[in-house]
Formats: sequence, structure tokens, C-alpha cells
Amino acid sequence: MSNFPRVVMTGIGLTCPLGDDLPTYRSALLSGKSGVSLFPVRNMGEQPAGVCSFDQTKYQNRKEIRVGTRAGSIAIFCANEALANAGLELASLDSSRIGVYLGITEHGNVETETEVCQLFDHYDEDVKYWTHHHNPRTVANNPAGEITVNLGLKGPHYTIGAACAAGNAGIIQGVQQLRLGECDFALAGGVSESIRAYGIFAGFKSQGALASHEDPAKASRPFDKSRNGIVVSEGGCIYVLERLEDAQKRGAGIIAEVAGYRINSDGTDYVLPNPERQEECMRQALTNARMNPEDVDLISTHATSTPQGDEQECKAIRNLFGSSEKTLINNTKSFIGHSMGAAGAIELAGNLPSFEDGLAHATINVEELDPNCALDGLVIDQPREKKTGIRVILNNSFGMLGINSVLILKKFDS
Amino acid sequence: MDKDKVKQIVLDIIAEIAPDEDLNDVKSDVRLRDQLDLDSMDFLDIVMELRKQHGIDVPEAEYRQLESLDSCANYLLPKFEAGATA
Repeated sequence: MSNFPRVVMTGIGLTCPLGDDLPTYRSALLSGKSGVSLFPVRNMGEQPAGVCSFDQTKYQNRKEIRVGTRAGSIAIFCANEALANAGLELASLDSSRIGVYLGITEHGNVETETEVCQLFDHYDEDVKYWTHHHNPRTVANNPAGEITVNLGLKGPHYTIGAACAAGNAGIIQGVQQLRLGECDFALAGGVSESIRAYGIFAGFKSQGALASHEDPAKASRPFDKSRNGIVVSEGGCIYVLERLEDAQKRGAGIIAEVAGYRINSDGTDYVLPNPERQEECMRQALTNARMNPEDVDLISTHATSTPQGDEQECKAIRNLFGSSEKTLINNTKSFIGHSMGAAGAIELAGNLPSFEDGLAHATINVEELDPNCALDGLVIDQPREKKTGIRVILNNSFGMLGINSVLILKKFDS
Repeated sequence: MDKDKVKQIVLDIIAEIAPDEDLNDVKSDVRLRDQLDLDSMDFLDIVMELRKQHGIDVPEAEYRQLESLDSCANYLLPKFEAGATA
């Protein structure tokens, strides 16, 4: 990637089941605290889920919250927090040079379901009671567009539909647009409001992929022998991305540099993962970053706590990193569940502080490690310090229809 | 039902639709849009809430009858009374 401008992260805004800022979230990850709790789901009773508790009114008035969507509120919160974290004041910027690129797994399920249920429950299916807010709430660009309305941004905005690979895909899109010169600042990441649609839960349940456990905190347990499915979560994470030269010119604090990435497709199945393509995706991302497996200090796995998916990802990692003794491996979904389109971005954020503290947070809830998921560098139960420091993180994020995304970040060296 | 009650019903709906607005000093004879931060989508919300909460339909051609509290009261009172006797 030497011919392209280098791109760096200079701000992070997030909300997840373990907090609404990175220090709080990181502290919970290092202390081994689960963010999963029981959440009432229409037609399905209480389900383990990851619920966010950010203050919606911090950046929106009550009317904006009523008119918009939950995904929009998550996006607005994260975008405002990211700009503040990057030390940027909009008044001093050319708002036409700020682009918004958000990954989504899906959008519109929540709003459509709510409207349909209301129509059936209260209005005898009479469509004259259908809200005029439905279309602006459900257009696919909604979460990104709500940011531009809230902040008065004039640059490009859109979402990237990439199933559960979307968090990485949003960041990758931002990097590419900066390199093309389409914007000077990219607000890039992913968001999800999926816990508010019962169809998401019901779909996973019908598929045999919805987590259950008497203790919700233990429901998401990637790599554990008894794992039985996904804990659905909501959340968002948005990064401020800039070209390195611009960031240095304004004296920005640099959180990390985007070293490389890759998105590819299995081309094989609607649902089932394909470890050969996952391995290929990681290999190509390494090539893109001009790195070898031995250069990676930490792999943030995608593993969602499904019996097959976790095993397949481990197979892909084992094939590629089997000889890399220095690579640690962890999983964030064991703490917060699967935040869908936000997952890749949120999980990466939880690991970025390792550039400073040298700690790989653990994978929790592994009471009996599945032998098929046994990897040499897997960090279980307690955080592990890497004496030589953590300088490179490889972030996996995979999704349905066989989309794989890999993002590699490195500690910034001036 | 009288005109003051109709005005209060409309104000209650506006309080739901525009929860950030101060409704303590709304003038009855001034256009609502001239004294409150309401846009065309908000007026569609008022129409929808009249339909949902009170069973009153306002045809699109008559939306302008809702421009002030006074015009709302004049226009809606007969509809409320008709609903009460129906």
C-alpha cells in the first residue's frame, strides 16, 4: 500500500453493553466482566442480549429521538463522541469534506416490525394508520444520514451492507475514500439496533443458532465445548480517520495506523462459513499490509459462539498462524455478545488500548475448551501481558452470504 | 366538548410530537408554525394522532384548517361533536 496515503485513526466514539466510552469499556474487558443481560423480546420472552445505556439526549433533542431510529441515535452518539475524542470542532472545519461510512448488518427490520405489529394489534391492519416516518426511518442510509442531519455535514454519506462483516467494511470504506481524496475526514465504523427486532432472534432460533444459558452472563461463550449460539447485541463504534499527513499537520493524537485490509467472498453458501476463504482473506490482508503471520501480535476473532462457526474460524487461524508463536488470540463477543454490524468496529476498539498497555484481554466463559478450538495463543479467563508489547492487531469479521473482512492495525510509528 | 377542550387536545398532541417545545404561551390566533418549531412532517403527525386517539380523519385538502389553535377549534369541534353523538 506504499503508493497510497497512509491513513490513521485519531478519534473513537462508541457505545456498547460494557460502556459508552473506551476507558470504561476497556476496564470492563480487563476485569472479565460480562455485559450481557436479559432483555424482553416480543413473542419470545426474556432473552440474553447486549443492551446499551448511553444518554440519547446528550446530542439529540426529544423530537429528533422520536422521529429517528435507534440505529440513528447510536450513530449520532458515536459520531459526536468520536469528533470530540479527535479534538475536532465542526465550526472550524469544511463540512463538505467530512464523509460518513457506516457498516450495517441490516436496517429497517426494527421499524417495519414495530409498525406491522402496531397495525395488527390495534388497527385491524388498516394502512391509514401506517406512519409517514416509515420510509425515512427504513432507507438503508438512515443511520449515516441521521449523523449528517444532526451535525449539518455536507460530504458524502452512506451505509455499507456487509452482514456481520460490516464494522470492518465501514472502516475500510472510509480508508478508501480518504485515499481517493473524496473527503478529508471519514467518520467510519458500524452500528446495530438489532435487539429491537424479534425477527432477528427468531431467525437465529429457527436456525439453531440462538444462545441460551440459565445465566445470561454465560450465554455467549465462544470456543467453549457447550456453546450453543449467538447473543444478539446492539451498539456502535465510529472512528475519525484521516490521512496521516493531515493528522500530523493539525497535531492530532494518533491512536493507530491502518496497515492493511481485505474483503473477500466464500462464494459457497448462504449461511455456512468457509475456512479456506477466511484463511485466504487473512493471508491477503497480511500481503496488503506487507506483513507475515509472525508480525501479528494479537488476533481479535470473529467467533460468535456457534458450534460450527467458531471451529471453522479456528481452523483458518490454525492453518495460517500455526507456526507463529508470538501471536495471541482473543474474543470480545464472550463479553458483549454479537453486536452485528457494529461488531468488527467495537471489538477492534476494545483491543486498541493494548498498543499502550501490552495486554490482550481474555476470552471469558470458556469453562471447557472445545479441542477443535484449541489454539496455542488463545487467551482465556485472564488478560495476558505480552512482554514485547503489542504492535499489530488483526481484526476478523465475517458474515452471512459468505462475506469475510480482515482489518490490520498497527501502533503508529512517527 | 367546547373549543377550549379541542384546543387542549391539540396542545396535548403537540406536546407528544414536539416534546422540546414550551407550550405554556401558545397564542390561539397565531399560526402554530410561526410560534413553534413544527414542520410539515409534524403536521402529518398531528393528523395521525387525531386519527389514532380520537377517530377523526382530516382530509389532505383540509390540512390548512389546522394552522392555528383557533382554526383547529373551529374546524375540529363539529367533528368531535359528531363523534360524540355517533
